[in-house]
Amino acid sequence: MQVTSQQFKQAAVRKLADPNLQKALSGMKGRLATARARAVLELDNFEQIRSEAAQIRDHGLAHMDLYLEQWERNAKAAGTIVHWAESHEQVNRIVLEIAKKHAVRKIIKSKSMLGEETGLNDYLARGGVDVRETDLGEYIIQQAGDHPSHIIAPAVHKSKDEIADLFAEKHQRPRLNDITALTHEAREILRPHFLDADMGITGANFLIAETGSTLIVTNEGNGRMTTTMPRVHVAVAGIEKILPTLQDLSQILRLLARSATGQSVSNYLSVTTGPKRAGDKDGPEEFHVVVVDIGRSRVLGSELREALRCIRCGACMNHCPVYQNIGGHAYGWVYPGPIGSVLTPAYVGIENAIDLPNAATMCNQCGVVCPVKIPLPDLMRKLREKQVEKNLRPTGERLGLRIWTWAALHPRVYSLLTRIAARAGRLMGGRERLLHRLPLGGSGWTSGRDLPAPRGRTFREIYAARGRGTTR
Amino acid sequence: MAVRENILKRIRDANRAASTPTAEEREIVQSRLRARARGTLPGMNWELAPRFTERCLAMLSSVDEIGSVEQAPAAIARYLDSLQLPMRAVCWPEFAQLDWAGAGIDMQARPAQGDDKVGVTGTFCAIAETGTLMLLSGEDWHATTSLLPDTHIAIVHASRILRAMEDGWDLLRKEHEGLPRQVNFVSGPSRTADIEMTLVMGAHGPFRVHVLIVRD
Repeated sequence: MQVTSQQFKQAAVRKLADPNLQKALSGMKGRLATARARAVLELDNFEQIRSEAAQIRDHGLAHMDLYLEQWERNAKAAGTIVHWAESHEQVNRIVLEIAKKHAVRKIIKSKSMLGEETGLNDYLARGGVDVRETDLGEYIIQQAGDHPSHIIAPAVHKSKDEIADLFAEKHQRPRLNDITALTHEAREILRPHFLDADMGITGANFLIAETGSTLIVTNEGNGRMTTTMPRVHVAVAGIEKILPTLQDLSQILRLLARSATGQSVSNYLSVTTGPKRAGDKDGPEEFHVVVVDIGRSRVLGSELREALRCIRCGACMNHCPVYQNIGGHAYGWVYPGPIGSVLTPAYVGIENAIDLPNAATMCNQCGVVCPVKIPLPDLMRKLREKQVEKNLRPTGERLGLRIWTWAALHPRVYSLLTRIAARAGRLMGGRERLLHRLPLGGSGWTSGRDLPAPRGRTFREIYAARGRGTTR
Repeated sequence: MAVRENILKRIRDANRAASTPTAEEREIVQSRLRARARGTLPGMNWELAPRFTERCLAMLSSVDEIGSVEQAPAAIARYLDSLQLPMRAVCWPEFAQLDWAGAGIDMQARPAQGDDKVGVTGTFCAIAETGTLMLLSGEDWHATTSLLPDTHIAIVHASRILRAMEDGWDLLRKEHEGLPRQVNFVSGPSRTADIEMTLVMGAHGPFRVHVLIVRD
């Protein structure tokens, strides 16, 4: 997917002024947060499980190569065909070649964020294969030629009315006005595709080393359909998805649905180990897994390593005051919200997503709710530091800080300048004692609020005066 | 293969590990795989069967109880009739011999197809913590039967209601050699909230899941 994160500020301004989006976001606000809060209370040791989940993920990352090798051995023993890929082009080409080898005309796809990263759908379409997204949200997005704006609720930015118009146009059926009817129309339209598709593509929530399995989590059942009905199944999975054992998986699953949607458990958890067995009446004849390292190992060796613990629940965006006001598209790539503000610069280059680590209030709601304890504000702060180190900040800001540094290192100059500023500020504040507009870099700060004007004396003056006045 | 080796090497470099794994590292990994240690389970101060029923209902499954498998056809006929669903179904072969005709149900023991309306399956076991059915795929355990029909009816033996998913894995290891192609954990009917966060049942899978508990 093309990266447009450099246009974050302009996009955010547009999104704030978009009445349809604002309506959709206000319908969402707080609902998933409330549902999550209720769901975690079902566990009397939620914080304990959360700590263990972070440890499980860290352990998997620390021994990732050995667990991947173990996973591969077991997967191959079960008949899975394993591929490795380290670029977008490789992932896309491997999947298209599998499709070509099996003379595939139609693919059904259960959502894959990694597939979004590599632009898999477009690549397959250019290769002459019909690809249908089947998760309802992803299906809506695909029909609209749009991109997901949330990792678990891809079409959350679209209103019912927009979807009704879209379906009426694409399905060539009378316009429906009811969410249940719209959902069931999509079911009716997609059902024949499930039955006659030649190949299914899924992501993988996890890879389990102990058994060589992949796990898919869905509520709709499209994951089960995609892994069961077509004659070929291809799963694409990032290397960081590795878990040691089924016991580890069981513990982490106590957190995933609760953190994501506030459900105690997702409706369908499918653990797949190899293709159809002798005697089986259903399941694919061939099962491929493409194990992918695009940017992952680089992040593993960096100070952003903890971001690889992510289990893609979306809790950070559901609790983020920035995401809640601008939605996911402004972030400009696959992953929005706080985790996107870390993963986007980490995967596409820090210089291609300058604003994202700064688009945060540092309120740490994301850090508090993250089921695997990713210290998201810390990671954003590290990215900000990197931007300064690499001289990536805007010229004006760098110049301003240089001037400030010089002044701060020269106490007499500093004292003089602050005294002038305090007095000028007092005059400019007038009777209201408010500054409506700051000059230069301060103008952004005052575009939405006033700054209380200085009262005419600097802190150092007051401090010095008090020092003289006290007897201590 | 070059790609595979590149990736594994990059991982080792990123972890600042020696270029080839040490015996100690291998032992850490193998001992974890052997031990299959459980995490700390949440408090479970409840009785298995009532908890299972309660969680099934919470996940919007419906629940009924019978005294023996032989009573399943009559119970299922009552259920189908109460919802005015068709008295025609497909089932797993293990239930082929029950007296379906006597209960007025036209039953076929075959995998489900796209237009079958009712599917009857057994379950490998059930999980009380979450109200979940654990289903294995296999020669006589067709995965489609719990997936394609509008209504999925699952027969669960009360003796096979376990506490947690961890217990399900242990039972599977005890009774089977390795994993089947697919293990499916099903908790209630298919659903989505992808349009304006409004919950709708029957996204792609069954609209209804009916759990028939056999007291044994």
